[in-house]
Amino acid sequence: MTQATTLDIREGYREKFGFHDAEKSVFKTRRGLDREVVAQISEIKGEPAWMRDFRLKSLEHFERKPLPRWGGAVDEIDFQNIFYYLKPTEEQGKTWDDIPADIKKTFDRLGIPEAEQKFLSGVGAQYDSETVYHKIKEELSAKGVIFLDTGTALKEHPDLFREYFGTLIPPSDNKFAALNSAVWSGGSFIYVPKGVKVDLPLQAYFRINAKDMGQFERTLIIVDEGAYVHYVEGCTAPIYASDSLHSAVVEIVVKPGGRCRYTTIQNWSNNVYNLVTKRAAAYRDATMEWVDGNLGSKLTMKYPSVYLMEKGAHAEILSIAFAGRGQHQDAGGKAVHAAPHTTSSIVSKSISKDGGRAGYRGLIKVAKGAKGCKSTVRCDALLLDERSRSDTYPYMEIEEDQVSIGHEATVSKIGDEQLFYLMSRGIPEAEAAAMIVSGFIEPIVKELPMEYAVEMNRLIQLQMEGSVG
Amino acid sequence: MNANPTLGIRDLHVSVEGKPILKGLSLAVRKGEVHALMGPNGSGKSTLANALMGNPKYEVTQGQILYQGVDVLELGADERARKGLFLAFQYPTAIPGVSVANFLRTALNARRKEIGEEKPIAPKEFRALVKEQMALLKMDESFAGRYLNDGFSGGEKKRAEILQMAVLRPEIAVLDETDSGLDIDALRIVSEGVNALAGPDLGVLLITHYQRILNYIKPDFVHVLVDGRIVKSGGPELALELEAQGYDWIREDRAA
Repeated sequence: MTQATTLDIREGYREKFGFHDAEKSVFKTRRGLDREVVAQISEIKGEPAWMRDFRLKSLEHFERKPLPRWGGAVDEIDFQNIFYYLKPTEEQGKTWDDIPADIKKTFDRLGIPEAEQKFLSGVGAQYDSETVYHKIKEELSAKGVIFLDTGTALKEHPDLFREYFGTLIPPSDNKFAALNSAVWSGGSFIYVPKGVKVDLPLQAYFRINAKDMGQFERTLIIVDEGAYVHYVEGCTAPIYASDSLHSAVVEIVVKPGGRCRYTTIQNWSNNVYNLVTKRAAAYRDATMEWVDGNLGSKLTMKYPSVYLMEKGAHAEILSIAFAGRGQHQDAGGKAVHAAPHTTSSIVSKSISKDGGRAGYRGLIKVAKGAKGCKSTVRCDALLLDERSRSDTYPYMEIEEDQVSIGHEATVSKIGDEQLFYLMSRGIPEAEAAAMIVSGFIEPIVKELPMEYAVEMNRLIQLQMEGSVG
Repeated sequence: MNANPTLGIRDLHVSVEGKPILKGLSLAVRKGEVHALMGPNGSGKSTLANALMGNPKYEVTQGQILYQGVDVLELGADERARKGLFLAFQYPTAIPGVSVANFLRTALNARRKEIGEEKPIAPKEFRALVKEQMALLKMDESFAGRYLNDGFSGGEKKRAEILQMAVLRPEIAVLDETDSGLDIDALRIVSEGVNALAGPDLGVLLITHYQRILNYIKPDFVHVLVDGRIVKSGGPELALELEAQGYDWIREDRAA
């Protein structure tokens, strides 16, 4: 067997996703952040006074709050070097032909219009700070489904918006949620009326184009009683020598008997800090599912959470993290059992290679009196070489005795025996290693719709390219 | 029959973790022949199997392994396999999350490429092939969707090895204690599977501790391995003598 050598990790990323368009903007705030910049964002968006005040108050929270002392090296972020708002086009497109040719070409290269045609109910495409295209199938709007960019929703559905916005994740929650609340722009707003099931997924695609950019989309999903929606988000960015910042806030309310699945395939370039707060509340007999795939970014800190508010609510969190050279994935999930007879399951699979660091950080909390809750946590880590690192931080706060909590964790190295076995059947070493990795994440990938499972496997192959020779 | 053997092992010395196990083993296997290599525990049987396939943990310190006239010592296990060498493992490794079908397809396409087939096998043709071979081995169709060797019983693992052999169609197959851990029914099914593949295009090296499997797979030649060397070779009758008298007979014979 030849000696393992390391080539440029994510080499294929450069051509497939790492390109950028010449920067053109109709408006851009100056570099850095202060009250003036925040007020300017609110003004250009023509927002009501309450939102401007909300933003300014959030900025105060951001400035006051310390950086987290756990997770990754966030103190390296230079907040004053970043552009917080860039408006790429004057108007949002209603068809792909409405948007500037170079932006359309970018989304064509990423396969978004094609996917929209083939297997989606609706698409939103965000380019730097604004959504340049947004569309939902007519039969769904006829049933009362709302799928808009969040800024437009504030204008068109102000009451519904205000009822839920910021209720699950207040600006004071953490430093990055405060930052998002101050400068948010774009993201998706979804309302699914009672009993309506959206069969095909709604997808949003987030693209950063400009250098030193910050993207702060804000997503709010309300699934009414007995309704169902599957929302999928993907993201990529060009490779730049300086760092970009992505800090989103996602709030989801799943009403009694409803079900929401939220799938993320995060594939930022390796110069993006990805610091995201995601939280859902599930009411009686409702189900919330997070499928969270983290392949890209320099540092990701993200722990999708579910608050189980009423009896029969169920949380399902599936997390895949892949960390290559120069990457740190601090991912995981949280389930808070606030009511009796609620259930949760967290499955995490992390893979580290070429000195990358991938970890699971999670919390299971059971409130006093929440009898009869069940929770299982399983986290498996796969290390592809000696230089890579895996950490597990499973926190438990159990305040009730009559509960069933299970936790299992494994760490394994890609086995010489497994490699030899596959190679003894004629499969080359790199392909054999990729096969073992695909097999490792298979329990999660098989939960994805076919198109995304294919995409996920393709991205893993890309990650594995040149890793063994 | 070719003048040159398909597999020629010459004066092979192999060490594991610095300890010499094989100490000058020579053997020739031609296509169409079935050889049985018998020996007591610790004689070096599995070491030979692993060294032939190119397991990096087994260090060849001296000698040659010629396959189709070419020294394969510098070739990786995958290259050897693509040229038509096959090892049925004594302890097949589990690959969780990788289905039998997906694995077989990948392996088969790697082999096809080597023998000049430009295109991967058509899905329909592949399904038919796997279905047919699984039926011969009395395997349920759902088997193709299971994860490779993951949670397989001992018998299922051995059958899966023969299934791989049937799909990949090697020229030389080394069966490393394929009979171990099988009950009598499973042994019969596995043996029938091997017999169905045997013929002028396949050479078999059957490694075993016991004579039992030779009731089902008839060898042309029997070799006895003791302490890293072949100490006796003969026809099928040699296996029966071993069965009757045990390996001590050979050891005493040598000492005399």
